[in-house]
Amino acid sequence: MADFSGSAGYVASPELLSSVNIAMALEKPLLVKGEPGTGKTMLAQAVAEALGMELIIWSIKSTTKAQDGLYVYDTVQRLYDSQFGADVSDIGKYIKLGKLGEAFRKERQCVLLIDEIDKADIEFPNDLLWELDRMEFYIPETKQTVKAAVRPLVIITSNAEKELPDAFLRRCIFHYIDFPDAEMMEKIVRVHFDNLDDKLLKQALESFYAVRALRGLQKKPSTSELIDWVQALQIGGISPARIEKEIPFAGVLLKKNEDLDTLTRSKQPNTRHW
Amino acid sequence: MFTDLFYLLRLRGLRVSLQEWQTLLRGLELGLHRSSLTGFYQLARAVLVHTEADFDRFDRVFLEYFQNVQSFDELPPELEDWLNTPIDPVEYDPALLTNQGLDIDEIRRMLEERLREQHERHDGGTHWVGTGGASPFGNNGYYPGGIRVGGQGRNRSALQVAGERHFRDFREDTVLETRQFQMAFRRLRQFSALEDGPKDELQLDDTIRETGNNAGRLKLVFDRPRRNTVKLLMLFDSGGSMWEFTNLCASLFQAVSRESKFKDLQIFYFHNCFYDDLYTKPSCLHADSVSTEWVLSQLGQDYKVIVVGDASMAPYELLRPGGCSDYYTYNKEPGIDWIEKFIHRYDRMIWLNPLPKANWDAGYGSETIRIIKAKVPMYRLTLEGLQEGLRALIAAR
Repeated sequence: MADFSGSAGYVASPELLSSVNIAMALEKPLLVKGEPGTGKTMLAQAVAEALGMELIIWSIKSTTKAQDGLYVYDTVQRLYDSQFGADVSDIGKYIKLGKLGEAFRKERQCVLLIDEIDKADIEFPNDLLWELDRMEFYIPETKQTVKAAVRPLVIITSNAEKELPDAFLRRCIFHYIDFPDAEMMEKIVRVHFDNLDDKLLKQALESFYAVRALRGLQKKPSTSELIDWVQALQIGGISPARIEKEIPFAGVLLKKNEDLDTLTRSKQPNTRHW
Repeated sequence: MFTDLFYLLRLRGLRVSLQEWQTLLRGLELGLHRSSLTGFYQLARAVLVHTEADFDRFDRVFLEYFQNVQSFDELPPELEDWLNTPIDPVEYDPALLTNQGLDIDEIRRMLEERLREQHERHDGGTHWVGTGGASPFGNNGYYPGGIRVGGQGRNRSALQVAGERHFRDFREDTVLETRQFQMAFRRLRQFSALEDGPKDELQLDDTIRETGNNAGRLKLVFDRPRRNTVKLLMLFDSGGSMWEFTNLCASLFQAVSRESKFKDLQIFYFHNCFYDDLYTKPSCLHADSVSTEWVLSQLGQDYKVIVVGDASMAPYELLRPGGCSDYYTYNKEPGIDWIEKFIHRYDRMIWLNPLPKANWDAGYGSETIRIIKAKVPMYRLTLEGLQEGLRALIAAR
C-alpha cells in the first residue's frame, strides 16, 4: 500500500505521517484532534491528494443524525410520483445514499472525512460504531446491504467540544495535532506563499508567538490566522520593523474585543493597574 | 508480547482494553513499528491513548517500562544473552578504535545486515555484533559512536521523546466528568410539540390516514417537531470557599452549556448567598450585576432552578440585613428572604452542594446548610447526586 508522506501544500510532522500510515494499515478510522486552525480538515485533503484518492466530505452539524450519512428514503417523492401514475415499485429509486453510503459504493479506495464529529448529538458516534467497524449497513426498505468493496480511509476531526464515547474511541487511531513550533510554522507558512521576504516572515513569526504567549487571551491565534495575517502584512507592504512595535492588522489575529484590549494593554508597559 | 506493559498501563490508570491491545498486536504483526522503539512508541500511543490528556501518563508508563529493558527487543534472545555477559577487556590497535566516519544511519544499516548474517556468539573482533569488540555495534565495545546492542543500551530517541513529557500540560488528574454530567442532563427533558415554530415535520401515519380519506389523492400532514421545553436557570456560587471546587463546577458548567437542547438556559453567579443583585460573570463585579428582582420578574415560573454552592457561610450572612460580605452592597433584606422569594416563584428548585455530606451536619457552615436544606432540596454535587436531583426536578408532582 502506498504510504502517505505529506504533500506539496501540506506540511505534516513525522508523528502525524506515522499516525496516518498506522490508520491506513490497520484499517481503522483516524481521529484527529487539535486546536482550531491546526489543519485538521486540510489533512484529509492532503492525504487524498497525495494518494490520488477521491475525497468525500461529510460535514457534521448539530442536527446531523447518523442515519443521514447512510441513506435517506424519500417517501414524499415516492408518494407524489404515485399520484401521477408513475411506476413506483422500485423503492431503490427513492433511496438516496448519504456520504457514508456514497463512500462505501466507490469502487476505488477513497478518503472519507467526517468533519467536526463533536458538533453532533452526544450519541452520534455510538450510532456509527457498527457501520465504521464493518463498513456495511442494511437498508430494510430494499432488503439490500451496502458494503464497501474497498474500505475507505476514514479521517474524523474533532474540536473537543463534546467528549466522545469510549466505545467509539477504542476503535479509532488517535492523533493530537500539537501546535507547531516556530521552525515547523515557518515551513507551513512558506508552503502558502511563493516569495516571502525572510525578514518579514521572521518578524511576523516572532510577534505571532509573542501574541500567543500573552496572558489572558480568550482565543489564541492559530495557524490559519497567522497565514491570513502574513498575507495582510505582505499586501499592506508593512516593513518588518513596524510589525513588532505596533502589530498592524491585529484584528486578523485576534477576533475578540477583549483579546484586542489585552494586546493593547500589553503594548503599554507603563500603565499601572490598581 | 509486552503483556506486562498492558497491565502496567492499566495499573497506572490508563483505560486500555483488550480491544485496543489486539489492535496494537496486529499493528506489530504488520510491522508498523518499523522495528524501532520510536516506531513502537508512536504506534502504541496512537492505538492505546484516546485523548491528549492521557499522553503524559502514557509517556511516563512508557519510560518506566522501557528504561530497564534492553533496547532492540527484536533481537533473538540468545544474542541478547551473549551481549549481556561481556568478555574481559581486550587490547585493540588504537587505529581500529577511531570513528571511521560512519554516520548513524550507515551504522544502523550495517547492523541490520550483520544481524541477518550472524548466527553465533562473537566476542572481540572488529566485524560482528558481540561484546568487548571494536565493531561499531554490540555491548561493552570500544568503537566510538557506535550502536550499543543489548546491555544497558536503550534506543534514546523514543525514550527521549517520552522523557520530555511534552504533554504534561494536558494532564488532568481529575476524572473527566463532563460527559457523564452531560448524559445526566439528558434527563432534563420534557418534549412537547405544542411549542411555536414552523410545522415542518412530516407525520407519516396522519398522512396515510388523510390520503386514504381523500380517496387516494395525496394529502400531506405536517406538524411541529417535538422539542425540549425545559427552561433552566442556574445560579453558581463563585465565592472564596468555592475555590477548591472550581474544576468540578467547571465540568458541570460545561456539561450544561454544551447541552444545547434546552429551550432556554440562564446562568448567573452570586457570592455566598443571593441578595439584591446577581452577576452575569463569575468575577461578581458590580459592572456585571443585574438586579435579582429583575431576574425574578423576567424569568417565568416555568423555569427550573439549580443552585450550585456550598451553602456555608457565617449565620449572619444568611439571616441578617446587611449580611452581604461585599461592604458596598448593603442588603436591606437578609439572604434567607431572597431564597424564600425564589422558592415562592419557582416550584422546581434544587441545590447542589459540592461539600462532602459529612460536612453538612458538623463544622463550619453546617448551620446555614441546615437552614437552607430545610427549604430547598439539597443534593451532593456528584454524578449520583446530580442524577437524583435532576430526577426530582423533572418529576411530576
